[in-house]
Amino acid sequence: MGFLEELKALLPGRVLTQEAALAPYESDALTAYRRRPLAVVLPERKEEVVQVVRLCHRHGVPFVARGSGTSLSGGSLPVEGGIVLALNRMNRILRLDPTARIAVVEPGVVNLEVSRQAAPFGLYYAPDPSSQPVSTIGGNVAFNSGGAHCLKYGMTANHVLGLEVVTPEGEVVRLGGESLEGVGPDFHGFFVGTEGLLGVAVEITLRLLPKPEAYHTLLAAYDSLEKAGDAVSLVIRRGLLPGALEIMDRLAIEAAEKAVRAGYPQAEALLIVELEGPKEEVAEEARVLEEVIRESGAYAVRVAQSEAERQAIWKGRKAAFSAVGRLSPDYLVQDGVVPRSRLGEALREIQRLSQAFGLRVANVFHAGDGNLHPLVLYDGKKPGELERAEALAGEILRLCVRLGGSLTGEHGIGVEKKAYMPEMFAQEDLFAMERVKAALDPKGLANRGKVLPEVVHG
Amino acid sequence: MVRASTLAEVVEAVRAYPRLRPRGGGTKPALSAPREGEVELALGLSGILEYEPEEFVFTAWAGTPVAEVEEALRAHGQYLPFHPPLKAQGATLGGTVAAGLSGPLRHRFGGVRDFLLGVRFVDGEGRVVRGGGKVVKNAAGFPFHRLMVGSLGAFGVMVELSFKVFPYPRATRTLRAEMPGLHEALSALERLRLLPLDLLALDLIPPATLEARLGGFPGSVAARLEGLKRLLAQEGAQRTEVLKEDEAHWEGVRDLRFLEESPIWVKVPAGPLSIPRLEALPLGPRRYLDGGEVLYAGTGPEGLEALRRAGFPHLVLRGAEDPLYPPPPEAFFAKLKRALDPTGRFPLG
Repeated sequence: MGFLEELKALLPGRVLTQEAALAPYESDALTAYRRRPLAVVLPERKEEVVQVVRLCHRHGVPFVARGSGTSLSGGSLPVEGGIVLALNRMNRILRLDPTARIAVVEPGVVNLEVSRQAAPFGLYYAPDPSSQPVSTIGGNVAFNSGGAHCLKYGMTANHVLGLEVVTPEGEVVRLGGESLEGVGPDFHGFFVGTEGLLGVAVEITLRLLPKPEAYHTLLAAYDSLEKAGDAVSLVIRRGLLPGALEIMDRLAIEAAEKAVRAGYPQAEALLIVELEGPKEEVAEEARVLEEVIRESGAYAVRVAQSEAERQAIWKGRKAAFSAVGRLSPDYLVQDGVVPRSRLGEALREIQRLSQAFGLRVANVFHAGDGNLHPLVLYDGKKPGELERAEALAGEILRLCVRLGGSLTGEHGIGVEKKAYMPEMFAQEDLFAMERVKAALDPKGLANRGKVLPEVVHG
Repeated sequence: MVRASTLAEVVEAVRAYPRLRPRGGGTKPALSAPREGEVELALGLSGILEYEPEEFVFTAWAGTPVAEVEEALRAHGQYLPFHPPLKAQGATLGGTVAAGLSGPLRHRFGGVRDFLLGVRFVDGEGRVVRGGGKVVKNAAGFPFHRLMVGSLGAFGVMVELSFKVFPYPRATRTLRAEMPGLHEALSALERLRLLPLDLLALDLIPPATLEARLGGFPGSVAARLEGLKRLLAQEGAQRTEVLKEDEAHWEGVRDLRFLEESPIWVKVPAGPLSIPRLEALPLGPRRYLDGGEVLYAGTGPEGLEALRRAGFPHLVLRGAEDPLYPPPPEAFFAKLKRALDPTGRFPLG
């Protein structure tokens, strides 16, 4: 029996091989890259994942696990001749224990669903990537996804307490546990963010936090991007620790307004600050924040007076990426990080690059974390424009590394940024990653072709 | 014993000796005391390399004493929110990461794993490898820094570490509540864990004492303290008391002074559900930190044996040869060890 026949025997009726059925799996949210897989399999239980991975190992067939495919770095791009493990049917919350403050979930559970289920107990799951209504926890684990609250609450890695993982050779291993503290090497922490190169997580234990008692959400309008950036520094210098600090530039504001009519004021830049915590503490912090914002030269300030007003402020921000689609036929999203104090410098340089390349760049970013999201607008129908956009995006990544930051804050390296890895990491660092990959996956089957650059040895 | 005070000396030592055991401040002797055939590598790499208060980030040599770091941070109103233990005894950053230890203040924002951003280490072949970075948000490459947490030095000698820090609260207050018994103390603990109280610390001292620390603006802390008192009264507290020596008290706790008289010091991952079972074991002085998530206990050999028999994973900090139970999961550990320390130069495995 050949590989496909064995696969079909393992998961009868849940192996897709017809062209039309494969088409939706050819790419993830980074649609500039497409690959036709050999087949797509739809496991419903972890034992099935184990069997499929073992079969792949026996036949030397590469596999890519994916959830909703919201990766913006081509991280779940199929491998030609390989299979896709689509994990969306493994979407059960296996256990939600308010006393232990944990949720044990399957990888296909949608991020926001965890918070929905935890809400009746006054708990929530903190990591909130903008994709949270769609993206799955398994994908969040692979990419160490972030969101708007990373400065204060950390990324996905900080909220994963334990994992059950199928290694690329088909072994099942439990990493971590259910407590906030463990003993021995933090393997579950290490696994998060390895983009599926070291195996497939089939069960994930998440920590839940009590929902903050009070929020104070403020929107401030500035006549320059620089002033908004300076306001961020002022907030930090006063010793405040907001849950979120976000900035949008004029293009992003326009796009968001057209898309969701958030009611934002006209401005060159908008700053969103959200304080959260016990109500007495938030009230005191809000007084300090008011002073800071006044000093920062904001010409319009709006404070959400209700949950509905708070959601309205966030609506435009969360919709910004998709909204930019209205301004341009195509765009590339970048995801570099710079030290917070270098934000102004980074934005000025991005502006200069935008002019030099003759392409518009919209900026939306997690200012508290220094996580930039320049959206490079282009028209794929115009010859050479995609290449120019990619070159501009590459220059932005180099800039982030040069300023002491990172190639990616939350979207991952995927296929998109692997060529830039040597900008951030020395050869020895990349060798170490390769050795780890080779030790756990000697046949190189798990998410082949991602993260590690092709030519390290040059 | 070989001493290394520069990166080059660490590399040289790693290449020269087939079996090495790194030692920082030596505050966790069960982890740092050399075994037969091992050469002790005393790490003198010390000092802060970069610190930008406005970034909430610093980078320091791994052998830097926690006390030195805290002094520098305090000058800018900042601190290490995971509250590394054994500071007064001379614990270093590297030792804290290798042991994976956090103190009582971890309750508010998380433990050492939540604050470590990047590492530079020398692997078993003498190669210098970097993982992570120096910014608070970063998802690039394999996160070797998180692999170092609790690794007991198995994968390499840490030479440089980057951490996130936070502003220290303007004011703090501590409330101690005496509950009628363990049952009531646990039920109060469970209630407090579910409420958005933003406590800096929440400890259970068996059988029935709870200690909670609050931080923030002075006015807010005073109001929240009253709220907390009322809450604990509802839960049946027989007596509540505001501790006068707030800061000194918590420094004593983070330095594990309550274990001083015990021959064996052990850390046990816990959780409110496992506390009744742990309380049935013959352990000595003890304290559950972080809302009951972790137990630090003093004991003798019989306590250690009981922990093992009952299947509780644990880490011995002092007083026993074999510090880690159970051994790390083979399918993952052995392969990573082979990739980073192929000749078994470093501890564990």
